[in-house]
Amino acid sequence: MSAPVLPNWRPDFEAIAHWVAPGARVLDLGCGDGTLLRFLKERRGATGYGVDISDDNVLACVKNGVNVIQSDLEAGLSGFESGSFDYVILSQTLQATMHTERLLKDILRVGREGIVSFPNFGYWRVRMQLLAGHMPVSPELPYQWYDTPNIHLFTLSDFENFCRGHGVRILERLVTTDGRPVSAVPNLLGALAFYRLDRAPGASPVAA
Amino acid sequence: MNALAKVPGSVGVVAPGDMQFDDPLLLKSGAVIPSYSLRYETYGTLNADRSNAVLVCHALNASHHVAGTYAHDPKDVGWWDNLIGPGKPIDTDRFFVVGVNNLGGCHGSTGPATINPATGRPWGADFPVVTVDDWVAAQARLADRLGIRRFAAVVGGSLGAMQALQWTIAFPDRVRHALVIAAAPKLSAQNIAFNEVARQAITTDPDFHGGDYYAHGVVPRRGLRLARMLGHITYLSDDAMAEKFGRALRQGEFKFGFDVEFEIESYLRYQGDKFSTYFDANTYLRITKALDYFDPALACGGRLAEALKGAVARFLVVSFTSDWRFSPARSREIVKALLDTGKDVSYAEIDAPHGHDAFLMDDPRYHGLIRAFLADADTDRSAQP
Repeated sequence: MSAPVLPNWRPDFEAIAHWVAPGARVLDLGCGDGTLLRFLKERRGATGYGVDISDDNVLACVKNGVNVIQSDLEAGLSGFESGSFDYVILSQTLQATMHTERLLKDILRVGREGIVSFPNFGYWRVRMQLLAGHMPVSPELPYQWYDTPNIHLFTLSDFENFCRGHGVRILERLVTTDGRPVSAVPNLLGALAFYRLDRAPGASPVAA
Repeated sequence: MNALAKVPGSVGVVAPGDMQFDDPLLLKSGAVIPSYSLRYETYGTLNADRSNAVLVCHALNASHHVAGTYAHDPKDVGWWDNLIGPGKPIDTDRFFVVGVNNLGGCHGSTGPATINPATGRPWGADFPVVTVDDWVAAQARLADRLGIRRFAAVVGGSLGAMQALQWTIAFPDRVRHALVIAAAPKLSAQNIAFNEVARQAITTDPDFHGGDYYAHGVVPRRGLRLARMLGHITYLSDDAMAEKFGRALRQGEFKFGFDVEFEIESYLRYQGDKFSTYFDANTYLRITKALDYFDPALACGGRLAEALKGAVARFLVVSFTSDWRFSPARSREIVKALLDTGKDVSYAEIDAPHGHDAFLMDDPRYHGLIRAFLADADTDRSAQP
């Protein structure tokens, strides 16, 4: 897939867009200025909505010509019917949520599948900075400890353990560093992780 | 239009028109209005393919005078002038904007104070109860006569938003964008309760005469005053009232009497007095009933999503955090119904302190959204060959 010419395109959108089937119904949580949705709409014929809390992002989405619902993800997804979307996307936001467990449960309630990406806290550069005695700052984690929105940092292994324990099935995984796929020792060598998820058959959704 | 009188950002001096309709209009109540006239104003120019028309629906006490001023009264500025004009969010350099006084109104359209041709006397109590559906049906006839097949947008706040919503249900193929602002899909019991107190204030005024006060040369002014004072309390938030008036006293100390002491009392009395000099009591009764009856989901077993199923417009729904008359939760009901049927909808919840009246304020976030939402609304893509 060639990179689209959109001003705020992020490399991680590429991987997410790749997983979205043409014509799908998509809910993009924490959608920012709507760049990903606009791409999915224009290139993949997808329909759907973004959700964002910020006034600036809501305006940017309207300017981008995509549907946006101003809402606080922490308040849950009660405004959305169960199974009403093919994909619910949460792009580099999970680590910044307070009610992480509930949100993942809601994602797999509202969406047939969930697509989740997050910075891997097990990445070796992160580990090195911790070993050196500092909270890590990197392209994926660009904040200082005192101004970071990230309150639930975790590793690939943590996430996969969580999925196993909560009836979440991992359908596909992609791990990248500097935009390139990583296959060996991903929990150490991968900076960003992408997962395509659904509810494990027979499992009650995200049982505690 | 007088170029000398035009100030930047204003449509300048405007003049209303009257459109006469001689085809009877069957109302939702079953009553029939044999003929009627609608007063309206337009700003801007209808383009060649007639794709740039915007209808602005008014709420309780407003009118067709949406923007600009009158030559005979330069202080009479249209009620949504901060939104509509050249270069404004609803840009009259691009859009042909239509404002209309609703049927049953008291600003020039046929209403209870109009002479009933059948009797030669004012309609008074005989004027039928009109609904949002009836208003929209009458507006559609006006659109026909103006040569507007399909509106680029239908815009309204509060009761006006209910009309915008109704347009997308009654005439789905005639609305490309619907701006539903500070709305509710139907009134709550509390909303109806406020309306009923207002109506009781009017109908129990000794000057009401069962609605036929015109013949007695009086106006139920006391009732209108109370109705308006009550209304105003619901339009403002507690915070806005605290900010604007607080417990400030007009004369700086308690007088231990019942004249105006607190500034808020002075404000409410002033608003009530002003209102009672220009608004018709029978119109007020009917408009509050139109609010009470509005419930598009009723015909679909209470399922709003089903009522909106046929809508094809793109929706912008806007609510204001401090609005307790039609709170954000009420707008979210509309949004939920639109989401459930996969409609194109964007929803913004503006953090504004003014209460229900926030929809009339000049808030850059709010106005910026409307501007962005209508950015390419003046071209009808579906009409392209």
